[in-house]
Amino acid sequence: MKHYLSSGIAASLLLGSASFAFAASELTIESWRNDDLSIWQETILPAFMKSHPDVKIRFSPTAPTQYNAALNAKLEGGTAGDLITCRPFDSSLDLYSKGYLKNLQGMATLDNFPDSAKGAWSTDDGSATFCVPMAAVIHGFIYNKDAFAEIGVEPPKTQAEFMAVLDKIKEDGNYIPMAMGTLDQWESATMGYQNIGPMYWKGEEGRKAIVAGTGKLTDDGWVKPFEVLADWGPYLGDGYEAQSYPDSQTLFTLGRAAIYPSGSWEIAGFNKDTDFELGAFRPPLPAEGDSCYISDHTDIGIGLNAASKNSEAAMKFLEWMGTEEFAELYSNAVPGFFSLSTHEISLTDPLADEFISWRKDCQSTNRSAAQIVSRGTPNLWNEMWVVSANVINGKQTPADAANQLQKGLSAWYEPQMD
Amino acid sequence: MVIERKKKPFRWHVLVFLGPAIIVYTMIMILPLAETLRFSFFLRDTSTQVVSFAGLENYIKLFFDPYWAKPFLNSLWNNCYFFLIHMLVQNPIGILIAALLSMVHLPGRKLYRTAIFMPTLLSFVVVGFIWKLMLSPLWGVSKGLMKSVGVGSWYLPFLGKEETALTTLSLISVWQFIGIPMMLIYAALLSVPDEVIEAAECDGVTGISQFFRIKLVLILPTIGIISILTFVGNFNAFDLIYTTQGPLAGPNFSTDLLGTILYRTFYGQQLQPGDPNMGAAIATVMFFIILTGVAIYLFFIQRKLTRYEM
Repeated sequence: MKHYLSSGIAASLLLGSASFAFAASELTIESWRNDDLSIWQETILPAFMKSHPDVKIRFSPTAPTQYNAALNAKLEGGTAGDLITCRPFDSSLDLYSKGYLKNLQGMATLDNFPDSAKGAWSTDDGSATFCVPMAAVIHGFIYNKDAFAEIGVEPPKTQAEFMAVLDKIKEDGNYIPMAMGTLDQWESATMGYQNIGPMYWKGEEGRKAIVAGTGKLTDDGWVKPFEVLADWGPYLGDGYEAQSYPDSQTLFTLGRAAIYPSGSWEIAGFNKDTDFELGAFRPPLPAEGDSCYISDHTDIGIGLNAASKNSEAAMKFLEWMGTEEFAELYSNAVPGFFSLSTHEISLTDPLADEFISWRKDCQSTNRSAAQIVSRGTPNLWNEMWVVSANVINGKQTPADAANQLQKGLSAWYEPQMD
Repeated sequence: MVIERKKKPFRWHVLVFLGPAIIVYTMIMILPLAETLRFSFFLRDTSTQVVSFAGLENYIKLFFDPYWAKPFLNSLWNNCYFFLIHMLVQNPIGILIAALLSMVHLPGRKLYRTAIFMPTLLSFVVVGFIWKLMLSPLWGVSKGLMKSVGVGSWYLPFLGKEETALTTLSLISVWQFIGIPMMLIYAALLSVPDEVIEAAECDGVTGISQFFRIKLVLILPTIGIISILTFVGNFNAFDLIYTTQGPLAGPNFSTDLLGTILYRTFYGQQLQPGDPNMGAAIATVMFFIILTGVAIYLFFIQRKLTRYEM
């Protein structure tokens, strides 16, 4: 028995060191994007290795729901890959403050990204950046072009036009004006409040004011979007209170709804599932001539494992991520996930191209609860889910909803305390 | 006499036989329980990651900080309501079905028994998904079914309304678990001896009054056990809510149970960082709630129940 046991241990040690030796010869990227495995293996990595024949690199994804826990365990055990795909804001900041990610401040490649993109992977004071921004998702409305043509409406530009379009679709009666439900609450906050909100709270300006404590969530810019949401209810499908996110997706892809408040991450799936023509319009302006802000949420970055034995080779990859080549390659390979670099790129997918074109006229911002202000109890982001759904359901007035958010935030967030 | 008797050697085999069970039980039940309790006395600083002893601070926060106490009491109340519905619906109907099944002349008894017990064997996820689909305002059958019997105007998006969501979920859970009280009571009813029934019939006690005066009295201890099983099960419930309503137990936390608030607190939720120490405090409070309930039953109710030798 003892004999078997010790030989077993010896064998596993051998195996362990063998795999370690193997890992040392090539770089490994840790990621949660297992949907993108083939894209990395067939498109992105070969392109990189073509220009850098001395570096070998492997993409090794984990299931999204297990990623954070698995990565933490691997980092603690010292077995994590050289390149770490970073979630935005606090979960990566947490890894950095534990010393698992290297400070990349000063890397030339970072100059290719705007501050709003780097903010998602920087310390609160901006003194250190620990991941290279990779991709963002943009909020907007996807619509059924055939339905719009049939009813004879044009994509709206302003809030007033938007309501007129909804009225017309409702009058026509063949389509549900908008596919959205409030059961999961997440939709109400993301596709609702965070989608249309930046236009009212003026993007980064409003978001930073909340973080700094100079603005309040009860200010006009933060209450207005709730007032807009409060009018959505009648245009959603029957029983939308019990409609879940997959329900909404199916409703739209079956062609039963005309508009789908959403984000660019749906593009790949919708292209596959629909047999009608898709279009997209950006969140309506509060009024003609207002300046335009869109939610261009930083979602994915890549950082360097501080314990990596191949940091030099890994740095080469990070440098390459700031090039136009990567930006164009990636954004085309994964439609709906847009490179965050400042290069002007062209996309072959018309829907994705429509989304990214908004960056030209509009200023980008992150989801308002993503940075710093969701660290305490009550959790601002959770509260946003709940009150957004309440407002659409008609269970809470917009002013009440904003009050609840502000009261909750000021209960623990020092800059917001009275 | 006692003094004269030779001192018995220590019976080692008792320890040897008990040992494995005690070790396993300690490792997988008692240690984690003690660890949870210990965990709840600590605090982790979110920025420095330093864990320090905090005494009762987590508990004080849980009961007196309005941003903890309100959701916690809300989930506690919801949980009581969830339990109440089970006691009022699941157990009486379970008894009724068992009584019907134990009638001698009922045709297709075995079929009914199996069919009614079946949902208990299903996974929560399956049950949650099936019912969510049936009740769905878009693709569900419930709307059409209600219309066909003339109550179509009563149809609501049951899972999406604050007023109806928790009741609906309680009834789904009742549907799933009704097989357990049915089976236990069915077994208890079968063990009521024929002599007692015959004696009752001789005294002219028949039919409904026979059931209430003779059988129900004899199966009371079983009903007690069922109540306590329901209590423990309900206060540990989590899966059904999580699969149908998501981690925030919407709408507006109206279906939040102790299990869901524990899950959110312990593991976090999207941007809400997980707080294992606070989670441990909630778990400990849950443990004591269940312990109190079981103790009340054991010391005050079970003792008063008369067991009849049958």
